[in-house]
Amino acid sequence: MSISTSFPAEIATSSTLNHWPEWFRKDQQEAWEIFQSLRQPKRTDEPWRFANLKAIDLSDFHAAVPVQDAASLITRSSAHTSLAAKLIFANEVLIHNDQAGLPAGVLLLPLEEAAKNHEELFRKSFMTSEVRLGSKKFAALHRAHLRSGAFVYVPQGVVIEKPIEIWHWVEGENTTIFPHTLIVLGEGASATVIDHFVSSREERSLAIAVNDLTLGTNAKLHYVGVQDWSDKATAFHINTTEVEKQAVSTALQMNLGGAYIRGESDSHLLGEESRSVMLSINPASGTREIDQRTFQDHFAPRATSDLLYHNALADSSRTIFAGLIKVEEAAHETDAYQKVRNLMLSDEAEANSMPGLEILADNVRCTHGATSGELNEDELFYMMARGIPPKQAAQLIVRGFFGTVLERLENEDLQAHLGEILDRKLNLNV
Amino acid sequence: MSAPSSSSLSIRDLHASIGDKPILKGLTLDIPKGEVHAIMGKNGAGKSTLAKIMAGHPDYTVTSGDVLLDGESILGIEPDVRARLGLFLAFQYPMEIPGVTIANFIRAALQARLPEGEELEATDYYAKLYSKMDALSVPRNFTSRSVNEGFSGGEKKRCEILQMAMLEPSYAVLDETDSGLDIDALKIVSAGVNALRGPNIGMLVITHYQRLLDYIVPDKVHVMSEGRIIHSGDKDLALKLEAEGYDWVEKEYSAGKSAV
Ligand SMILES: Nc1ncnc2c1ncn2[C@@H]1O[C@H](COP(=O)(O)OP(=O)(O)OP(=O)(O)O)[C@@H](O)[C@H]1O
Ligand SMILES: [Mg+2]
Repeated sequence: MSISTSFPAEIATSSTLNHWPEWFRKDQQEAWEIFQSLRQPKRTDEPWRFANLKAIDLSDFHAAVPVQDAASLITRSSAHTSLAAKLIFANEVLIHNDQAGLPAGVLLLPLEEAAKNHEELFRKSFMTSEVRLGSKKFAALHRAHLRSGAFVYVPQGVVIEKPIEIWHWVEGENTTIFPHTLIVLGEGASATVIDHFVSSREERSLAIAVNDLTLGTNAKLHYVGVQDWSDKATAFHINTTEVEKQAVSTALQMNLGGAYIRGESDSHLLGEESRSVMLSINPASGTREIDQRTFQDHFAPRATSDLLYHNALADSSRTIFAGLIKVEEAAHETDAYQKVRNLMLSDEAEANSMPGLEILADNVRCTHGATSGELNEDELFYMMARGIPPKQAAQLIVRGFFGTVLERLENEDLQAHLGEILDRKLNLNV
Repeated sequence: MSAPSSSSLSIRDLHASIGDKPILKGLTLDIPKGEVHAIMGKNGAGKSTLAKIMAGHPDYTVTSGDVLLDGESILGIEPDVRARLGLFLAFQYPMEIPGVTIANFIRAALQARLPEGEELEATDYYAKLYSKMDALSVPRNFTSRSVNEGFSGGEKKRCEILQMAMLEPSYAVLDETDSGLDIDALKIVSAGVNALRGPNIGMLVITHYQRLLDYIVPDKVHVMSEGRIIHSGDKDLALKLEAEGYDWVEKEYSAGKSAV
């Protein structure tokens, strides 16, 4: 049965929801009503231009039940070797919680606990901005059905050197999960958070994932989403980033798996001289579709936003990019960059790019552009002249193409770590 | 025509074109292992074309003739296979490869020379890489820089020789490796090339400047013009060319041809 008829019953019956405070459960009821009142996106809706609307028909998906073998998923949740903390969720249940390496004062909690014990903090940053890049309906569904998630709060002045790793596993044919990561950095705080999105088996599933990144004055965040769902998965990854004065957010989304991925990334540059770096690495192969919509919204003077998305398209894969830079009236001396590069590895692949610009302030510097190109024959020849077989040469070039995005991370350890993940995963048909 | 030595890089009456435009027009040259030959010639003579055709560039069509490596024809063989057979080309204009580090690039090239399933030993590899880099005065932090990206002209050329030193080819074609080098770099690069000289390698050095041949002293010097070798001599020929230019060679050549 369709998601709209099978889900509401569970709101009332699900025992896991009892962990949430009463006010939040009311909130969820409201969100459910919003979900029901909003219609499915149409092709004529601007945020869904070129989109594959069949892929977002959610009729066959159902709610998650606890996984069979949590222990094996804990074993499989191993990436970075030197961490400050690790949380593992499997079908929305927290199955592992290690935070021995966290400095004092940092809160790393399941969301429902944060809602109960840190209500003010939670309310101030949990899905507070409007979802305006198209997935309002799906964000409402997320809110209505959210069972858990990660809450990261780093108080003023606290610096966490090592990464916090959060794993979100999905298991079960047609299972739906709603991963959530909420990060709040106080003034001058600094952290690195890596979200891993993974399927325990090669199954069809649905994930509607949300992350809220809130950076106080002078805070510094590296956030990475390593999306590695099964090749049959449908997933929404909805991001909102709010950056206060002189804070720097660097967020990277790597889309390594999935059949259909819809990404929405909305950066609000709220404070003077704030900075948001928005990165994405998208190896697309088979029939994978990666549909990404972005917003760089400048509210304050002298802020910088810098977007760099690299798509490599093999087989009959498809990508869509639609990005808007908006410079609001007060945002003088804005620096905003937006660059999408499509590396076409197959004649059957299709890349759509729609960069956009709206400037209401004076004295701003904005550049945006999308390029599409094939593998450079001279580069290939150069590598072959060194004895590297053409297939490996092409792989190296693609790896290099993504490497130039990783170079934007101002953290060499993180660069190396993500480079290894790419090396393991990258097996494009070039 | 004498039979090519089985231990040489041998170009036999090579004709080649790009599109409909013939560029090589009957070029014959034999570079035995253990020798260093130099080619000089005006801009547009076809020197780089010759180098790229030997390496197997797909843009050029060989219309007749042959290129033999140790007696075996390499025409029709893929560029990467030729390289693994022992042929190396130092490019006049090395390509930039964004995001691929020098260390990973050279490692991939060495890995490609190992039998399937065998892994390059990382510690030995880096030890060798660093020692060759030191010898060529290439700063060690270059290993993590993208291949040729943002390199100065001279750095690119040094990096070509670094690759040659790491790959230990049996035949090397150096296309204007000296252009863009300052005097000190020229000495360093020449010393690097000389260090590789020996009975197990044959080299073809393409240059416009006699100065390089003071450092890399050739066994033979050839003059190329309009897709052919029109004159050959010993190292002193380079001095004469430097002093008198190419006109006299070309005149002699056309006189000789009309006399036939
Ligand atoms: N891809 C190409 N398309 C058209 N013409 C070409 C191409 N490549 C080479 N040529 C032509 O072939 C001729 C030989 O070029 P080549 O680069 O081999 O000369 P060269 O002897 O190396 O010159 P230089 O000393 O300037 O490096 C030139 O006239 C050049 O314009
Ligand atoms: Mg040339």
